[in-house]
Amino acid sequence: MKLKLPLLKKKTVTEASLSFTFTRRAMVVGGLQGAVGAMLVTRMGWISIAENEKYNLLSESNRVNLTLIPPRRGWIIDRNGRPLANNRTDFRVDLIPERMTDAESTIRSLAHLLALTDDEVERIREELDKSAGFRPVQVAEKLTYDQFAAVSVRLPDLPGVAPSQGFSRNYPGGATVGHLLGYVGAASAKDYEERKDPLLITPGFKVGKDGLEKAFDKELTGKPGAKRVEVTARGKIVRELTTRPDTPGDPIKLTIDAGLQEYAGRRLATQSGSVVVIDCHNGDVLAMASMPSFDPNSFSDGISHMEWDMLSKDDHVPLRNKTLQGLYPPGSTVKPMVALALLEAGISPMDTVNCAGAIRVGNTLFHCHKKRGHGSLNMRGAIAQSCDIYFYTMAQRIGMDRIASMARRVGMGQKFALPFSSQSYGTVPDPAWKLKKYNQKWQVYDTVNATIGQGYMLINPLQMAVMAARLATGKQLMPNFIFGAQRPEPAPVGVNEEHLVTIRDAMSAVVNGGGTGGAARMTLPGVLMAGKTGTAQVRRITMAERGGGVRSNASLPFKLRDHALFQGFAPFDNPRYAIACILEHGGHVNRNEDSPMIAADTMTFLFDQAKAMEKLETLEKGWGGTPAERMARQMGAYRLAKAIEKGEAPPPAAANAMNAAEPGNSTASAAQTPAPADADDTPPPADTAR
Amino acid sequence: MSIVPEPLTQFPWRVLGILLAIAGFGTLVLYSAAGGSITPWAINQGVRFIIFSCMALVLSRIRLEYFARFAFPAYGLVLVSLLMVELIGGVAGGSQRWINLGFMQLQPSEFMKPIIVLAVARFYALLPVGEIRRWNAIWPALVLIGVPFMLVLVQPDLGTATMIAAGGVTVMFLAGLPLRLFVGSGLAFAAIVPIAFSFLHDYQKNRVLIFMDPESDPLGAGYHISQSKIAIGSGGIFGKGFLKGTQSHLDYLPEGHTDFVFATMAEEWGLLGGVLLIGAFMLLFRWGIGVSMRSQDKYARLVAAGLTTTVFFYVAINLMMVMGLAPVVGIPLPFMSYGGSSMLTVMLCVGIIMAIERSGRQRNRPGSWG
Repeated sequence: MKLKLPLLKKKTVTEASLSFTFTRRAMVVGGLQGAVGAMLVTRMGWISIAENEKYNLLSESNRVNLTLIPPRRGWIIDRNGRPLANNRTDFRVDLIPERMTDAESTIRSLAHLLALTDDEVERIREELDKSAGFRPVQVAEKLTYDQFAAVSVRLPDLPGVAPSQGFSRNYPGGATVGHLLGYVGAASAKDYEERKDPLLITPGFKVGKDGLEKAFDKELTGKPGAKRVEVTARGKIVRELTTRPDTPGDPIKLTIDAGLQEYAGRRLATQSGSVVVIDCHNGDVLAMASMPSFDPNSFSDGISHMEWDMLSKDDHVPLRNKTLQGLYPPGSTVKPMVALALLEAGISPMDTVNCAGAIRVGNTLFHCHKKRGHGSLNMRGAIAQSCDIYFYTMAQRIGMDRIASMARRVGMGQKFALPFSSQSYGTVPDPAWKLKKYNQKWQVYDTVNATIGQGYMLINPLQMAVMAARLATGKQLMPNFIFGAQRPEPAPVGVNEEHLVTIRDAMSAVVNGGGTGGAARMTLPGVLMAGKTGTAQVRRITMAERGGGVRSNASLPFKLRDHALFQGFAPFDNPRYAIACILEHGGHVNRNEDSPMIAADTMTFLFDQAKAMEKLETLEKGWGGTPAERMARQMGAYRLAKAIEKGEAPPPAAANAMNAAEPGNSTASAAQTPAPADADDTPPPADTAR
Repeated sequence: MSIVPEPLTQFPWRVLGILLAIAGFGTLVLYSAAGGSITPWAINQGVRFIIFSCMALVLSRIRLEYFARFAFPAYGLVLVSLLMVELIGGVAGGSQRWINLGFMQLQPSEFMKPIIVLAVARFYALLPVGEIRRWNAIWPALVLIGVPFMLVLVQPDLGTATMIAAGGVTVMFLAGLPLRLFVGSGLAFAAIVPIAFSFLHDYQKNRVLIFMDPESDPLGAGYHISQSKIAIGSGGIFGKGFLKGTQSHLDYLPEGHTDFVFATMAEEWGLLGGVLLIGAFMLLFRWGIGVSMRSQDKYARLVAAGLTTTVFFYVAINLMMVMGLAPVVGIPLPFMSYGGSSMLTVMLCVGIIMAIERSGRQRNRPGSWG
């Protein structure tokens, strides 16, 4: 085939011209090669000179692996320097989900090596499911050295398992400080998303999750240490370069008295209640206990699903901080405050009212708690006997606005600046408030209800302690948790000192003068407690029931029992400490476990520790031991009940045996018959109070 | 007449010196890459260099006519073995590129790199002068190049296929084909690339994009290039020092003794080492092109320039790859990368060029003038 290229045929090609073409083109090829060589040198120069710094950095970050050492958390100490929360050295094992290859077999070997219970295995599985991958999931803490070593030597077969030696948070007070201090736990995936701080995903690092641990998280968190190691691409450590030790967080010194806090928690017995103690000198909170509670030690370790389940179903609401989030009708505890308002309005303490057991207001008949009436009473008698008719009558004379003004001055309805994330602060109702809230006119029966602390009026236990302290001192003390905090001088309540003396004397009569609070009498020489009892109804008493006799609280289901309240201070003539105790559905069923005696014993602890402890230890035997012992038993019973439910354990016989072995207390029975969570404590307007 | 005996002056001292310098340096780098040990790489590489140097010297004594005469038979033989590899690989159920010879694994595609130059050069040497501007001058060469190119491409080995095509086309260019053919196809190629790109699968597009910006996928396909650039960049001007490279010794740099040996070298010897090495290679290419230009024989000059360019492609593609200017294609750096096949090929090229130099010198010998 001799096809010609038409465009090219004109040019004649000879051997000589071809040779010339070759020489020229060979030079082009050689030149191109030189150019490429020069380009390569330029490129290399660019990388190694101009970008040297960048690549040096990258090379270093390849080579050096920075491991953070979680900082030890600052201690939380009480006013005397005793630890409320400290750190304990421990061996622990975590899982890094994204590094695991076979989760199931890894968990199985760990469960075998560390003797994990089914509960814990279940928790680990749950957390693994929810985990973001890079965030460590705790397997176990507080391991013995042998367990720790057993896991460590098997690491090559357990990818994703990270054993470490660290510190875990320890709360010597256990459940009694649960709501006060909160607890710590691994940072959530959301925290990490927000802050991107690598410390948050370092195994063993915990953040405050609730209470003061959360409020002072920044101060308590120290500076992490760092360990720089040279590693290969596969993560094998070649050598250690430098280690910078961690800086522990700052300690926080609280106004809390550790001994008193624990005592108050234990003294609350099997009740669902709270105790708050305030220093009358400056408003320092000495104790703020809410029981039952969770044990922050077990919360900080990662709580099991079953334990959480049990706590959240308990009708004694151990997961709610009742001191700040519990709102209760104050009942008759407001009567000293109302009396102070009466005095301020010019009513003489000697004026009397005749109590016949009932009074008609409008077209409703209002009853006194004493069916047959108290007879003629002056102010002192009315407070001591907690006569309702006296206050119904007197309050109508001065009107609600004056009472509401006094209520606010003694701290009711007031929101305090506190280091807690949530705080319910209740209501002081008055005509303006009702109009705004319900668009209804204030009625006389509203005043009547309010004067005995029912109706719209609500208070939390801390506020009640503040009220006691303000009645005791005449100063608007503010509650405080930080030891030695600088505060301005408290403003006066703005009442006549003589009036205060009258009120204190009447409150002393409640306890020591044959009044309703005889159970709060302290058997201490020279120290008399003054106080006021209260009962808040949570159900309406029908006329029919009243006719046949009001049902006793003991015969009512737990949820329908009255709240039992007490507020007071001691010594009555020169107040040093103020106290409040509110028992949810306490119902005054059991004198030993009622609010006046709990308050008196707690107060006694401040004057004579040995005596108070002796009494507590005797009483505790009847309750089934310390809160920790009771919680452990409750957990055991709950686990068994669950097992029976699932058909894993033989039913009634065993469960009955458990019941028999337990002293009769409501906590244990509550565990076996879980009630729905407490939804709303606001009671219907009631017509009686004691 | 010189005092120095003729065989000594004829001995290719200069080129052997350059090779010895490069290979010696390469052996040193392999010693470091093994963590300061002559085993397993440095010793093997050194011994191989000596053996293949001897082979090259033996080749240089062979008369040029033999290379010309055996160009086509050798081409046929390599083509058959390429086909065999393809068939064996198909039987074995995977891609196989080599035949096991017992002492070494032979990649026929490796031999195709110099043989294609010999074959295409032979074709143009045989082509009558007047035919150079006809179709007859083009299509046989395209077939000669195209068949092995396709066979290697389906292995798949894009790097080697590219080098075979590039070696063959270079010879076509040097043979004197009209320039507009090259310019035209170059422009056409440039126009087709973006269109072809749009027809690629997503994962293939991804590969190209990752090559453009390796940092976008530092743990995946871009890992090699990223780590290689980190090694070169962190070396700076004078390097981190012999045996002190961290990228290579801590295994961040993949293939640090084979394809990415230049990065291993640059990390420890810095820009200085890189410039000296590139300079040495440039001297080698200058020698090759020089031999080609001095040669009077048409076949000889095409072969010398073509083989030089083949070696050049090794170096250029490898260095562009390690510096992030080309995708990762698996082309080793001659005398530096650990491995027998590439050194054998390059030494074949060098040996043949030395034979051309020798034959040219013999023709120009004063004694033969008479």
